[in-house]
Amino acid sequence: MRFMLLVKATGCSEAGVPHSREHRFAKEASLASMAEAGVLLAAERLQPSSGGIRMAFSPEGEPELECGPFPADSWLLAEYLVIESESMEEAIGWARRIPAPGGCERMEVELRRLEDKAHGPRNIGLENDLALQLGMLRQD
Amino acid sequence: MNRPAARRTVDAIWRIEAPKLIAALTRMVRDVGLAEDLAQDAMVVALERWPETGIPDNPGAWLMTVAKRRAIDWIRRNRQRDDKYAELARVSELISEDDMDKALDGEVGDDLLRLVFMTCHPALSREARVALTLRLLCGLTTEEIARSFLTSEPTVAQRIVRAKKTLNAERSSFEMPSGEELAERLSAVLEVVYLMFNEGYAATSGEHWVRPLLCQEALRLGRILAELAPREPEVHGLVALMEIQASRLRTRVGDQGEPVLLLDQDRAQWDRLLIRRGLAALERCRKLGRPLGPYALQAAIAACHAEAPTSEETNWIRIAALYEALSRQAPSPIVELNRAVAVAMAFGPAYGLQIVDEIAGLSALENYHLLPSVRGELLRKLGRYGEARLEFERAAAMTRNVREQELLCARAAECDARSSD
Repeated sequence: MRFMLLVKATGCSEAGVPHSREHRFAKEASLASMAEAGVLLAAERLQPSSGGIRMAFSPEGEPELECGPFPADSWLLAEYLVIESESMEEAIGWARRIPAPGGCERMEVELRRLEDKAHGPRNIGLENDLALQLGMLRQD
Repeated sequence: MNRPAARRTVDAIWRIEAPKLIAALTRMVRDVGLAEDLAQDAMVVALERWPETGIPDNPGAWLMTVAKRRAIDWIRRNRQRDDKYAELARVSELISEDDMDKALDGEVGDDLLRLVFMTCHPALSREARVALTLRLLCGLTTEEIARSFLTSEPTVAQRIVRAKKTLNAERSSFEMPSGEELAERLSAVLEVVYLMFNEGYAATSGEHWVRPLLCQEALRLGRILAELAPREPEVHGLVALMEIQASRLRTRVGDQGEPVLLLDQDRAQWDRLLIRRGLAALERCRKLGRPLGPYALQAAIAACHAEAPTSEETNWIRIAALYEALSRQAPSPIVELNRAVAVAMAFGPAYGLQIVDEIAGLSALENYHLLPSVRGELLRKLGRYGEARLEFERAAAMTRNVREQELLCARAAECDARSSD
């Protein structure tokens, strides 16, 4: 199953305050260990919300547009990771490896399971019989 | 031969030979990831050489020789290093000169089954096992696997990386398990073998002409398994299912000597020998005196069709009962759809429609053209032409098969004419 780790924005991420060298190295190492273990599917960082737009859709009328920056609260994203893991417990284990920013302020990560449109293997026997039986139904 | 032509030929040969190469190499180096790399190295050598030398008479043996030489080089290099680094001693402990000799002229068939058992290690999740099997045993690319499961390529790639790591970490042995361990892994092994068969069969209806070999390989593995675990009813059930389904898959040789596939629903074309073998396997399963499992039930349904001399003489009541049992043991929307058709044939379209309507809203069947095809057919039989026409039109819009599209459009037009009568 796939999980998205939503790393929330902080004052520092919004102000573009660069992280320490140590933090950057720790971050790279943690992403590398996830990739090495065959867990990491995607990892992207968002630009600060000052360049962002929020669109509010209402049932009638045009959507309302609002320009950033937005408050650095739990609604605001700074990064996301997509990982593949066997369970929520395992996903939490991987999320723990994301290094805390240190110095700056608290960091929040939200874990959400991604909806899967993937399906299991096909069953040719059943498909084959269905085609055959539909053929007979048509002739009947 | 030019390079693109060589590439295509090597690709085709790769699909056939890769599983055997990987299996034999895994026995030598005890690392399935490394074995795959070595096999791919051999293919790169072939791509360089064959445009100049032409394709050897026995390309599989040629690739196997090159790959095994690479494996031996790798083992020797490691052994030299082992003298310096004691922690790498594993390889030299495991591989003796004797092993290397055995690996060089060893029986490949058994290796393939060992590889199947290895990919069924309990530490692997079902998703991981499926991805690894399609890659190693069916020779599919990550892109093809991703496409057939509607998932992303990185997901599949990472799943495979992870699966190989798990196998290495578990030191998953390359020996055939026995007793309890064999029984434990058996249902996963049966699933893998059926997956190979499915892949061979499905691709056969597409553009890859080499795939019937995959069906045959799966059948062969199934027959060996039936001898290894003769007291397990589902092994015989699976063998019966594959034999009978394979009987409907006919191949003939075209003008250029290339195999041409005929997927025919014409029962006169069905291979009687395969049907007899399938019925015999089903009989072995029944003699064990336990209720039929999902494979055996599917085999029994296919057997009903195979045994009916003409389609009019089909025992629909029995088929409907078998689908009912299957829907309890292994429920799925496609089982229900099959059951709806069988019930309609046995007891009338109104009862079939009831079953179809219960599954009509499921997202798993959203883009499945056979759902509106079946529903349309049942509505037509009930004289509800207006609704039937809509279903046929929906079905026609969903299918990419031109012949099927024409048939559905004709049905829709017929219903249109009748509804305005």
